[in-house]
Amino acid sequence: MQLEIRERNTGEVVILEMAGKITIGEGSVQLREAVGRLRDNNQIKIVLNLGGVTYVDSSGIGELVSCYTTTKNSGGRLKLLNLPKKIKDLLMITKLLTVFEIYEDEQAALESFQ
Amino acid sequence: MMLAENVVELTIASQLEFIDLVTTLTDNITRMIGFDEESAYWVNMAVRESVANAVEHGNKYDPQKSVDLRFTVGVDGLRVSIRDHGEGFDPASLPDPLDPDNLLNPAGRGILYMRTFMDNVEYQRHPEGGMVVSMSKRRAPKQPVEEGDQKQDAVGNQRT
Repeated sequence: MQLEIRERNTGEVVILEMAGKITIGEGSVQLREAVGRLRDNNQIKIVLNLGGVTYVDSSGIGELVSCYTTTKNSGGRLKLLNLPKKIKDLLMITKLLTVFEIYEDEQAALESFQ
Repeated sequence: MMLAENVVELTIASQLEFIDLVTTLTDNITRMIGFDEESAYWVNMAVRESVANAVEHGNKYDPQKSVDLRFTVGVDGLRVSIRDHGEGFDPASLPDPLDPDNLLNPAGRGILYMRTFMDNVEYQRHPEGGMVVSMSKRRAPKQPVEEGDQKQDAVGNQRT
């Protein structure tokens, strides 16, 4: 498995703890399916904890954007937690840093939904 | 002693599974040249993006079409060319991923990343069909740097 995803529920908010690679093919598909399953269950307050992600390519960045927009279009919100520096660089280069809500602290991310 | 230039060539089938093989080779080559860790990481990503584009958009996953790579290792850096066997395209016609209307597009950022991480990126149609992307990256000179004299930007390029 390219990407390991562990789901954790904290009240209404679901945290997806991710470790591994979000790249074209398997990793991007795993992320899409995980967020899609939550949306199908009407769990649309989502935090992606990217602290364990070691590599993201443009396909992975595109998948993060897709997850963000589909969740938002469903009336929910998707936020990012513990962004590794290189992912932050990739978001900055493509002017996406201001699109996402990004948190360094889990409690602050959870409180932002209230 | 390293020769002035060494060439490594590799041909892969149009399958995403081979991208990791290519990037492993890329890592070995950048290590051999002596790229710093940051530069090597971004060169790896530029090569990954170009091969993914060749497989997905160029060859459209056609198993009969290959992706041909050529690494030219020089004393001052690396040149990489990646050829697909697809119909070709005009890079100038691609949407600008930084245009506010395109920011939330799910695709279209790969070439921007390649241009950001490499010193030079050029696209050409191959006379026998397909596209060739040629990229180069110079190795940062190994010399002592006084604190405050030079800084690195987000992707490890030296700037004064």
